[in-house]
Amino acid sequence: MMKRLRSWEGFLLLVLMVIVAVSASTSPQFLTVGNQVNLFQLSIEKVIVALMMTFIIINAEIDLSVGSMMGLSACAFGWMVQQGVDAGLAIAICLAIGVVGGAVNGWFVTALGLPSLVVTLATLIGFRGLARVLVEDRGINAFPAWFNALGQQGLIGPLPFALVSFAVLFVLLYIVLEHSGFGRKTYVIGSNREVAEFAGIDTARHKMILFIGSGVISAFAGLLYAARVGAVRGDVAFGFELDIITIVLLGGVSIFGGAGTLVGTGLAILIVLNLRNGMALANITGHIQTGVIGILLIASVIVPRIRISLGRQAKSEASA
Amino acid sequence: MQGLLHRVSPQALRLLVLVGVIALLVIFFSSQIENYLNGRLFNRISSSVAVMALVATGQTLVILTRNIDLSVGAVIGFSAFATGSLIAGLPDLHPVLLVLYAALVGGAFGVVNGLLVAYARVPSIIVTLATMAIYRSLLVEYSGAKSIATEQLPQWLTDFPNMQLFSIGDFQFRAGFCAALALVVLVHLALSRFRPARQLFAVGSNPEAAHMAGINAQRVVFTAFVLSGVMAGLAGFMFLARFGNITVVAGLGFELKSVASAVVGGVNIFGGSGTVIGAFLGTILVDLIETSLVRWQMVSEFWREAVLGALILVSVATDTIFNRRLASLRAARAHRIALEKKEASA
Repeated sequence: MMKRLRSWEGFLLLVLMVIVAVSASTSPQFLTVGNQVNLFQLSIEKVIVALMMTFIIINAEIDLSVGSMMGLSACAFGWMVQQGVDAGLAIAICLAIGVVGGAVNGWFVTALGLPSLVVTLATLIGFRGLARVLVEDRGINAFPAWFNALGQQGLIGPLPFALVSFAVLFVLLYIVLEHSGFGRKTYVIGSNREVAEFAGIDTARHKMILFIGSGVISAFAGLLYAARVGAVRGDVAFGFELDIITIVLLGGVSIFGGAGTLVGTGLAILIVLNLRNGMALANITGHIQTGVIGILLIASVIVPRIRISLGRQAKSEASA
Repeated sequence: MQGLLHRVSPQALRLLVLVGVIALLVIFFSSQIENYLNGRLFNRISSSVAVMALVATGQTLVILTRNIDLSVGAVIGFSAFATGSLIAGLPDLHPVLLVLYAALVGGAFGVVNGLLVAYARVPSIIVTLATMAIYRSLLVEYSGAKSIATEQLPQWLTDFPNMQLFSIGDFQFRAGFCAALALVVLVHLALSRFRPARQLFAVGSNPEAAHMAGINAQRVVFTAFVLSGVMAGLAGFMFLARFGNITVVAGLGFELKSVASAVVGGVNIFGGSGTVIGAFLGTILVDLIETSLVRWQMVSEFWREAVLGALILVSVATDTIFNRRLASLRAARAHRIALEKKEASA
């Protein structure tokens, strides 16, 4: 099992190297530090949420409401600042909104046993609606200077706050997933919930924690968006959920739960960002970029299967 | 009440509940909004239901087999654009051929989804998440970022959504709505009386058992995706006729809304149970709320989505609790009858 996962990550690494090589040979700007930081910075909110989505999908659930939660948090922040609430307090309240939103998802999934696909589809619409209620059709942009600086200037050298928090979160979540009881439980519940329950794992509590985690991290990402762009509107992060899920699935996380790694998600993040950036430098438009990533997504499921069946064939030929 | 619970099938009961909820909402909003209950409301809702009901019907067929089709929004956009540019170039083309073309375009996309899901065995959520993006990017390529404008379309096409077949008082029964309704009834009859169509339920409720019973599950799933594509293609035609102006973002968001309509209509997201009539009522319910909230002075228009999300959540939760309760009532009754029989024979 571990061997297969490693080989999948090796495959992703190969894909990444090809993309980087091709992009670098077609555009001299591609491999500059400025461009690499920039390509990360422009999608930082999505890739941060993808980290928690990895946990959710390994746990055999899904959270479609992340984009709307990002929008709700960003709009709540904008609205509060406009009402004269201290920005620091507003940030705390936005994170609390993430906790509540995640708990709503978690409650319907665990207490009522509803499928998370349906629950988060409903909250995808609902959270977005609340965001629109807060800002209506206005744009809000009068944020404190320090808040905008956090999103737009370097914190450590050229690395902005968002990128640093991504790195910290990645390491923390990697340790949790790979080297803690919580991480092991995430895999066990995802591969077989009934067995996990027989083994005495409180699966409802576990799922609740994951949904709350997803809510908080999405709220955090919404704030990062507000800081980076310096303005919010009702459609902040609209449709992000699909990009985020695409990254996680491309990273080799099984949609049926129980399998996948954060390293895989990390490689998928690099692939998607570099691919988009490379295509953008080659003047290929956004929708086409998304289409190419779609093809990559399907290939990522079919290719390993072909490899496995080829391997089987080789084995049977060798034994014959 | 107890008697009713046992005599009516759970499916029929669920439909009755939906009709009841729709009626209650109409009564509630008519007490809140002046001039609410009139022909205009019916006409407006029936026009938008005409597009959405087709998509929701196709989506239901796919969900019945334990799959999902997230590409329908992109298929609607593509077929609306393709149909529009065909008729713009050939204004004398027969309407029937145009409708067939829309169905064919949609069906072709459905074939791709179906092949990947049924035969290449890629999970449908991954396939259609990917094809949603791929079809949309094909549309960008195909359209060259141009759009279709109403002026390019022949008169009969732009008149079609408002074409009135018959009317009862102020209630106009328009061609698009009647066609959609007819299609829904046709699919419902097929699903309830036509043996091969029953295979959708078999595959969705237990794929292994369906396979053991000699059902070709791959072909069934493939067919469901092709039909969903065809329905989305037809919806694309309706979309073109209704809005006239088609850009590359046409049909955006229809995928999630069609899933929501089906689920509100009692179609089980895990496959195997549900009706297209339910999905149709779900479409009406969702549209009724959206339309009514726009006109309700009490809440700003911005509340619409928030309320819609809450409604979906509440209706699915109620449905689940209600069905669990019903199942336990039925089990208790069956148990009692069995006990009585045993006593009688002893």
